[in-house]
Amino acid sequence: MDFGAHLLLATLEGAVGAAVLALTAVGLSLVFGVMRVVNVAHGEFYMLGAVVAWFVASNIGGSAAIGFLAALVIAPLIAATVAITADRLVLRRLDYDPEATIVATIGLLYILQQVALLTYGPEARPVEAPFNARIMLPLLDWTGGWPKFYYPTGWGAPSITSYKLFVIGAAAAILVVFWLVLTRSKIGLIMRATQLDQETAQAFGIPVDRVYSLVFGLGAGLAALAAVLIVPIQQAHYLMGHDPLLLSFIVVIIGGLGSIRGTVVAALLIGLSDGIISVFFTPTLAKILATLLVALVLVFRPQGLFGTKAA
Amino acid sequence: MSDTSKSMALHLGLIAVLFALCFALPAYHQGNLARVMVLATYTIGYNVLFGYTGLLSLGHAMFFAAGLYGLGLTMHHGGWSPVPAFLFGLFCAAFLSAVVAALALRTIGVAFMIVTLMFAQAGFLTILYFGEWTRGDEGFVIQQAARQILGFDLTDPIVRYLAALLLFSSALLITLRMMHRPFGRLLVAVRENEERTRMLGYDVYRHKLLAVIISGTISGAAGAGYGLLFGYVGATFATVQYSIFPLLYVLLGGAGTILGPFVGTLFMFYLIDITSGLTNAYMLFAGCILVLLTLFARAGLMGEIRKRWARWLP
Repeated sequence: MDFGAHLLLATLEGAVGAAVLALTAVGLSLVFGVMRVVNVAHGEFYMLGAVVAWFVASNIGGSAAIGFLAALVIAPLIAATVAITADRLVLRRLDYDPEATIVATIGLLYILQQVALLTYGPEARPVEAPFNARIMLPLLDWTGGWPKFYYPTGWGAPSITSYKLFVIGAAAAILVVFWLVLTRSKIGLIMRATQLDQETAQAFGIPVDRVYSLVFGLGAGLAALAAVLIVPIQQAHYLMGHDPLLLSFIVVIIGGLGSIRGTVVAALLIGLSDGIISVFFTPTLAKILATLLVALVLVFRPQGLFGTKAA
Repeated sequence: MSDTSKSMALHLGLIAVLFALCFALPAYHQGNLARVMVLATYTIGYNVLFGYTGLLSLGHAMFFAAGLYGLGLTMHHGGWSPVPAFLFGLFCAAFLSAVVAALALRTIGVAFMIVTLMFAQAGFLTILYFGEWTRGDEGFVIQQAARQILGFDLTDPIVRYLAALLLFSSALLITLRMMHRPFGRLLVAVRENEERTRMLGYDVYRHKLLAVIISGTISGAAGAGYGLLFGYVGATFATVQYSIFPLLYVLLGGAGTILGPFVGTLFMFYLIDITSGLTNAYMLFAGCILVLLTLFARAGLMGEIRKRWARWLP
């Protein structure tokens, strides 16, 4: 396989990662933006989505597609319900004090993770993809002066499954819907008003408490949705929330804390480069560089690369 | 009895009781308590920064690991004897905490937590990256023959216990002394009201910098002590979980109290020891305790005691 094929594959794999990462990170960014809460348990809502997806898919009979569709609806709802309950029972009583909520969400992280260990167990289990056709990929051939497409054959010819393309498309569609809700609908207006100035919003009759619960639930739901999309590719496991959490943190910080647009751009940037770097270099080195980069961005440019000056 | 002499009597009394317990406890609990004392030293280091200065770090495992690997690598690969290796571990932790402090203290609040978390994660990954020397997650063992100081065999349970006690009581008395002096009072002033402290003409940045370095160095001493006394060096000690543990211990025992770290570590250690016999999901209890503490007892055990009965507790 030549360099072009490698690069094409790495880019596509990176795009799948970037799509899922964008969904997860947007959830984290929304929660931070509106509530000023750093949700350390965000990765566990992702894990919850994957685990619930497995339960749903393995308990509903019929074809894989029906199970998957059911999981796509049920898993985010359950994650959102758990999140709203946690918000009502814990975060609200802490008055959303930044340090106390961090400690409380660390506690929540362990509670969710260990309950998953108790109920779901330590095994990694796959969910069957609803469709999984293999699609061969064309390469450009420059020999002979004119570029023309050709399909390499034999072992190692570049290919991707239809499901992976679906993940990219679905994530993009969900993000567009989310963007429309946030910018065009009344509920989006209410969320943005609360983000801008919580006290004034309250004075104008916005039930800030309920908005907070909704936002926390929505953030968890997005993470769960991302996990349902990825679980046919990666298996569900009770410790799977760790990496998405760190990556989402990285994305949210690079994109500018609380800025949704910056988050999406940063997710694409980091997801793609992570995919590409991991193919050509060792993943550990790539991760070291990424985490150091984030720390330094926070130190020297706290508003993020795309964010406006933080308040 | 003045407050200072009361607190001296209390803390020296604790050290005396721990010394006596060395000869009274059955072997299993003697080993446990030695471990608790080393971990409590780590927690004391964490408490200097979190409890007294009010800076919440989520990356202290890197300082612990700096001490652990500073000692472990020089002993295992360099064949150093324990004392210089221990000092090198301290130096590594002090150096790392100075670098981290210089960078991380440019941020405040949530950003400070995330920056420390990220640095610690980079440190953990670095340990994995150099797996050829560090043996990554698997770790390596420091041979019994190497763990001798002046003819004392540190693998002997009683010697090990007393060495742990020495480490713990040094950290305890150093922080106690510090908190009775203007330097310690100033750290508390920074925690309570940074702006006012600055307005009164004190150099807040310098005090925070020193607090991170002292905190990191004590944590590193605990790490080096752990490697020396228990003979195992592994990347687990650099994971996020080991940054969360001292936070949990301090919150449980009481942030900003001298005895809190020991009390919290002791309680938590035995809670995990008992529950891990029942289920492998023992971190569930840690999670519940964290949530309950933030909801109902923000001051922790010693903090509540101080609030209700003993205002003089340092």
